[in-house]
Amino acid sequence: MEDMFGSDDSRTRYPTTLEPEPAQQDDGAVRKPVAPQPQPQIEPQAFGGPLILTVADVDQLIRRLGADGRTVIGPKVDGPVIGYQPIGGAADLPSGWGDEQGPGHYRLRRRDDDALFGYALAPTSWKRYVFPARSELFRARREDGALAITTIPPARPRYAFIGMRACEIAALDVQRRVFMRPEAPDPTYAANTQDMFVVAVSCGSPAATCFCVSAGTGPEASGGYDIRLTEVNSTPNSPDHYFVANAGTQAGADVLAQLACKPASDSETGAATQIVQAAATAIGQGVKLDDVHELLARNRENPRWDDVAARCLSCGNCTMSCPTCFCSDVVDENPIGDDGVVRARVWASCFGVSYSQMHGGNARTSTSSRYRQWLTHKMSTWVDQFDVSGCVGCGRCITTCPVGIDIRTELEAIRATDTATKYPESVRPQTDEGLAT
Amino acid sequence: MTPTVARVVDRVVEGPGTVTLVIELSDALTAPAPGQFNMLWAYGVGEVPISLCAVPPLTNVILHTIHDVGAVSHALCELRPGDQLGVRGPFGIGWDLTPARGQDVVVMAGGIGLAPLRPVVEAILADREAYGQVAVLLGARTPNDLLFPAETAAWSLSLQVETTVDRSAPGWTGDVGVVTTLLGRIRHNLTDAVAFVCGPEVMMRFGARALLDRGVSAEGIQVSMERNMQCAVTMCGHCQFGELFVCSDGPVFPWARVESMLGVREL
Ligand SMILES: Cc1cc2nc3c(=O)[nH]c(=O)nc-3n(C[C@H](O)[C@H](O)[C@H](O)COP(=O)(O)OP(=O)(O)OC[C@H]3O[C@@H](n4cnc5c(N)ncnc54)[C@H](O)[C@@H]3O)c2cc1C
Ligand code: SF4
Ligand code: SF4
Ligand code: FES
Repeated sequence: MEDMFGSDDSRTRYPTTLEPEPAQQDDGAVRKPVAPQPQPQIEPQAFGGPLILTVADVDQLIRRLGADGRTVIGPKVDGPVIGYQPIGGAADLPSGWGDEQGPGHYRLRRRDDDALFGYALAPTSWKRYVFPARSELFRARREDGALAITTIPPARPRYAFIGMRACEIAALDVQRRVFMRPEAPDPTYAANTQDMFVVAVSCGSPAATCFCVSAGTGPEASGGYDIRLTEVNSTPNSPDHYFVANAGTQAGADVLAQLACKPASDSETGAATQIVQAAATAIGQGVKLDDVHELLARNRENPRWDDVAARCLSCGNCTMSCPTCFCSDVVDENPIGDDGVVRARVWASCFGVSYSQMHGGNARTSTSSRYRQWLTHKMSTWVDQFDVSGCVGCGRCITTCPVGIDIRTELEAIRATDTATKYPESVRPQTDEGLAT
Repeated sequence: MTPTVARVVDRVVEGPGTVTLVIELSDALTAPAPGQFNMLWAYGVGEVPISLCAVPPLTNVILHTIHDVGAVSHALCELRPGDQLGVRGPFGIGWDLTPARGQDVVVMAGGIGLAPLRPVVEAILADREAYGQVAVLLGARTPNDLLFPAETAAWSLSLQVETTVDRSAPGWTGDVGVVTTLLGRIRHNLTDAVAFVCGPEVMMRFGARALLDRGVSAEGIQVSMERNMQCAVTMCGHCQFGELFVCSDGPVFPWARVESMLGVREL
């Protein structure tokens, strides 16, 4: 998806001066309870009853959204993985392909049916469309000592995202809270999301890495979509291949109306419900998350951070693949052969060497402190900052970690050694140790 | 995150590798408060957070004192009158002078840490009657590195100003040692005093502990934190310190807010 990272789709304009932030009132003692993940609720029948779509209707849906001037992105086999790529019709979808995911493990698998959405989720998220890995903020030039800044008007891509999973919709909301604060909304994120169209697809084939049920985000979206599809394929009740469609917005209902499909029967919606329930059962409630906000806040000196650091490569894959990680560097680029400067915002990782660098020293040099920063931010301090957990339970960080570090296992290990400390009172470092800058 | 173009109108060399730039903006900034900072952009090199070292009445003129420590700060220090740069800001929560009114005050600065504290002293001088006894404790590496010698000499007419250096030099007859030792020079009781502290993190930890020992409350001590900053608008993540964003929740914090976190290694 070269063009998504290129200059054209990510141009943006920032307001000249941003107001300072108001102070956050926090006395340091009282901690917020763990907030459940946001699940906007759409009344089931608010935009009409469920309809039945065929594979040909799904193809029509994609084509109509494209004909409407939208950039349609959906799942597609892309080399050895399923990726979220521009698609033109149902033929681009990964028909008959599934995925197998585990710690440090990803394989495409042939299914024994022709399901269009028969995989769990792509190992890279939708994040790169709404928050591109590189976006240009402005261009500047110096002529006769005078600086001339050219702002770059924001592109408005009008995305249609086909096949968003429930956890991925929750991730959009998590990032929205970061980028769309009313005091300082981010123009790039605003331009990329303000006119997007979301076609959610409920999960029928979750992976071993999924823990959305524990995170409260899936496997079926209860809101945040224009249209929600549940794919039914060769169930005992109905041998044919169809999709139960619900509209979540008027825009979604309007698009569905153009397809002129028939209403779903009770047995058809029943089959869809069964699929989602089976997925929820398969995923299970296995990961205890209701206490992690407090748990991680009180375990900053747990020796387990050194244990995971002995395995972690500080590669940052987890942060790049995570749909909610939002960190970035702001850099001056000086293109060769051009006497101008491009100011760009590029993804950064808290595992990076320069992330916490200051002129006099680095706040976090050890991998132990970086992993702790990552996991504690995800599941604990994020709640303090944005009233929501930074983890939606998609499992990408587990799949994409080259050494197979599993966030669920690490949490359990911390819980099993709750309040253990690598600094018993006798060897506790004095507060004057540490950062000497 | 686009800066406004601004012009250097004066450049004062404060000492080896330290320069004060007087910068004129075409558009007035939001009136800054003591302890706030701007993002200064050196064309083609980068953008760094620099405190406002004075809060002049004209909001289209700003002063920044910059210590040359790396690529961006060097490029900024090399600017000459007439040169242009980019400015964004002001950002952050600065010093809270309200609790200091009617109380004794300690201002403790190490090195370039005096830059963000200078507007505090100026504000006190502008309304001298509103404050009790005021002590300004200054530390620098060498006598040559002492910032704003003319101003600090003038301050000593109405405030207690104590100075120390890490390393002496010919002609220096003052103290040698860390800035915290100057607390011993303050004879009055500090129990209800309010302290403003800025300098290297290790100095702030020592300084806060010495102030606590002298009876100042943890709420009564304010420190200005430093972290890597890329955006200054709570979006890049770099400045996080526990759950705090130093750029927008700070950079100034009550000691009570950050003390336990500063005790955690590499937080
Ligand atoms: C709130 C605040 C106020 C400050 N006020 C002043 C001041 O009044 N005067 C002064 O001389 N210095 C001040 N500093 C420190 C100053 O920002 C750093 O010295 C400067 O960023 C170093 O950048 P450099 O490119 O010169 O150094 P390098 O070591 O070459 O840094 C390379 C890059 O690292 C990043 N970086 C390094 N150190 C820091 C840092 N401390 N904060 C953020 N990013 C950093 C920058 O992106 C920089 O481009 C302040 C810092 C903060 C956080
Ligand atoms: S932390 Fe891992 S499981 Fe949680 S949202 Fe990020 S990638 Fe998904
Ligand atoms: S946890 Fe895994 S993916 Fe993340 S930085 Fe460490 S080695 Fe890389
Ligand atoms: S400087 Fe970017 S979040 Fe604080």
